[in-house]
Amino acid sequence: MGIRRRAVLFGSLAVAGAGMFGLKWSGSRAMAEAKAATVRPGEGGFAAFLKIAPDDTITLYSPTIDFGQGAHTAQAQLVAEELGVDPARIVVAQAPALPGFANAGIIEGFGAEMVSPAFAHLPASVLGLVARAIPMQMTGGSSGVRYTGQIALRRAAAGARALLTAEAADRLGVPAAQIVLEDGRARHTGSGRALRLGELAEAAAQRRLWTEPTPGAARRGRAIGQSPLRQDIPGKVDGTAVYGIDVTLPDMRVATLVMAPVRGGKLEAVDTRPARAIAGVEKVIQLEDAVVVVARGYWPALKGVRALSPRFADGGHGGLNSPGIYAAQDALRRAGKPDKTAGEGDVAAALADPAARTVSADYRVPYLHHAMMEPFAVTAHRQGDRLDIWAGLQDPLLVRHMAAEVAGLPESAVTVHTTIMGGGFGRRFPAQCEVIGQAVRVASQCPWPVKLIWSREQEVQHGSYRAQASARLTAALRDGRITAMRTDYAQGDNVEGEVHFLYEVPATERRHFAFKTNQLDGPFRSVNANPFGYWTESFIDELAHAVGEDPYRFRRKHLAEGSRHVRVLDEAARRAGWGTPPPPGVGRGIALVESFGTIVAEVVEAALREDGYPRVQRVTAVVDCGTTVNPRNAEAQISGGIIQALSTAIAEEITLDQGAVVQSNFTDYPLLRLAEAPPRIDVHFIESGAPLGGIGEPGVPPATPALVNALFALTGKRVRTLPIRDQARA
Amino acid sequence: MPIEATVNGRTVRFAGESDTPLLWALREELGLTGTKFGCGVAACGACTVHVDGAPVRSCSLPLAAAAGTVITTIEGLKSADGQLHPVQQAWIDQQVPQCGYCQSGQIMAAVALLQQTPQPSDEAIDAAMTNLCRCGTYPRIRAAIHAATGQAADAAAGAA
Repeated sequence: MGIRRRAVLFGSLAVAGAGMFGLKWSGSRAMAEAKAATVRPGEGGFAAFLKIAPDDTITLYSPTIDFGQGAHTAQAQLVAEELGVDPARIVVAQAPALPGFANAGIIEGFGAEMVSPAFAHLPASVLGLVARAIPMQMTGGSSGVRYTGQIALRRAAAGARALLTAEAADRLGVPAAQIVLEDGRARHTGSGRALRLGELAEAAAQRRLWTEPTPGAARRGRAIGQSPLRQDIPGKVDGTAVYGIDVTLPDMRVATLVMAPVRGGKLEAVDTRPARAIAGVEKVIQLEDAVVVVARGYWPALKGVRALSPRFADGGHGGLNSPGIYAAQDALRRAGKPDKTAGEGDVAAALADPAARTVSADYRVPYLHHAMMEPFAVTAHRQGDRLDIWAGLQDPLLVRHMAAEVAGLPESAVTVHTTIMGGGFGRRFPAQCEVIGQAVRVASQCPWPVKLIWSREQEVQHGSYRAQASARLTAALRDGRITAMRTDYAQGDNVEGEVHFLYEVPATERRHFAFKTNQLDGPFRSVNANPFGYWTESFIDELAHAVGEDPYRFRRKHLAEGSRHVRVLDEAARRAGWGTPPPPGVGRGIALVESFGTIVAEVVEAALREDGYPRVQRVTAVVDCGTTVNPRNAEAQISGGIIQALSTAIAEEITLDQGAVVQSNFTDYPLLRLAEAPPRIDVHFIESGAPLGGIGEPGVPPATPALVNALFALTGKRVRTLPIRDQARA
Repeated sequence: MPIEATVNGRTVRFAGESDTPLLWALREELGLTGTKFGCGVAACGACTVHVDGAPVRSCSLPLAAAAGTVITTIEGLKSADGQLHPVQQAWIDQQVPQCGYCQSGQIMAAVALLQQTPQPSDEAIDAAMTNLCRCGTYPRIRAAIHAATGQAADAAAGAA
């Protein structure tokens, strides 16, 4: 079961808590509110998400927020397929942060996958109630197309289709079965008479739908499988796109802050005078664990913060450092009392088999910073019993809930204005965004709207990092096959999400040793497929070499013949020229990982630079996400995920010293630059027709192990602790 | 004393303190929010603008140093009739941006590169394009620069 993903999903419950009693909205009230917010006279609104105007303009109110994943465009394609229109004619707008726009598609999708298949058979009204109660308006989990799009939005479109068809049939006096929707019209197949959707919409939306609409399949069609241009891009090339940090309001002030260097520490004392003496500084606000300077602009606010010498306690975490965390994790594992165990078969017996050979290896991964290019920036304006928030965070309804709680206001008194996000990668899940509470508290003490911006230094040092973790993998080998595999890993809570062991091994076991520090372990693009992908696929490579077999062949013989996995692996090997000698000075490595319903194999070709760091020359990726809704965008997601993964693997590391983060900016937390990116990345999609998989995250996990495996092929050195840096140097 | 400069063809007087980085004066005084804040230490390039034709990381250029200069931001790249710059058009044609946050800076860096080197080699692109992109759009940035070269060279010739 995907505990981690469930945590990501339903983690809002921990925060929402009391929100659960809140089956407080009746569906109809929420829908009436949603309709009032978006639908004007003459227009037809369908299940909140879809609106058709008399001039035939179709507006899709997407609960997904854009951070470059292209989901809006793919969602428009799915809706266009359902309604028989050109996707370019659908305008995608951000759904308001209102309960009527809660995302039941995500509840249904993840619920069916992780909790019970019964979720797929629950009535939409019940799922809607749950989505509003949680509340759920998440962007994440590679769910924007496969769940939000194919389930929630396409269901709305299927409902609209049924109602438009019925209305057209009545007006034309023909049976509904003889009406087809195409090219933006409802046409009677017999006579060719047709009505525009725009002239049917208002009346159609008044009709009752007596059965649950059934959306069409996610198969290539007139819209699905095309690559229409993304609507968000023009605003991103002429500077007009508005991110959270760009929000500008009359009389607005700008604030920035310094937080306790050791997470968990509290503010003990600060002399605020040096900041207040700076021209443009208006206010210094002390929070429990931070000092905020409010000024007429970011620069005076930053100067104000720099002028301060606050004293923070260390919360008892002052002894923590990165090597100590690895050592403590090793000790915890050696103590042998796992918190959770998963798997099947008798691993202990297989490992004790006298005819088997046992191989074991230890792997370590550091904390990773998400490094979204736009630092946190949240604007809040408190006016009496009313609160407005401007933010780009990965769940606006949850932002509303959290802000209301901090402000001591009912949710209905809080309006969240959602902006696009300058990156996220998991950092912007509200439950881990202290910036929400900070902005609300600051605004509560100010007469103006205040935009709170985190500096890059605060961003780097106060992340919700990909967890530092260590693992010991142990396998039994007999007659060239793996007979048992055990993974003992020490890491924070909620770690099983997106862990899929792909190989046919009779006995497997994963034992989790929960290890908590003062750090906020957050979801990081591809969550646990990320560390598990690295150590599992590296270790499989080690096992192949242990039995003297080619790593691709070794993987292949442990996969079910005829499976999607074999097809993906074979295609990657074929396209990468596996088996042919690589260019001189180049090593080739392969890895295969399934995550978010998508199977990806990657082959990396790498050399060593003079300084011993790897230089990736070429990556071949083969992807089976069922059906590729928008191939050009899917390619961008896979390719970008590969580059991000290589960046993290080669040189990224957050370390702790005396409980505080050592790194502070891109100067000591280096991201891969254009010159270091692979000059060649080939992405190929297999259209298997399997249920839709995600596309935002699955490209990430195979890249690191494929690179580490390539370096082993090149140098004979196995890198078991990330980042790689110059460890492969001979 | 107010500092004067020419921004996107218009003479402006900045009211901010002379140590204010150009980035914040552009964003907060002039409302030109297309230029982005990424790191504050000239490491990421999200704040790249042109100062007297050269690409400059505006987060680390104090207003005092910008006095009397000619500054172009992403908002000033379009032609007078609203036509996108060929590099901007190439960015759309190649569908370069993902989250888009770094792209103003990337485009400004690319335009500056093409003004210097109308037909840059891959090595020249490597050397000039040091701006960070966390989404990993680098392959499409490279492709868009190559795609823009013919057009950009023509536009430059036309302007000369």
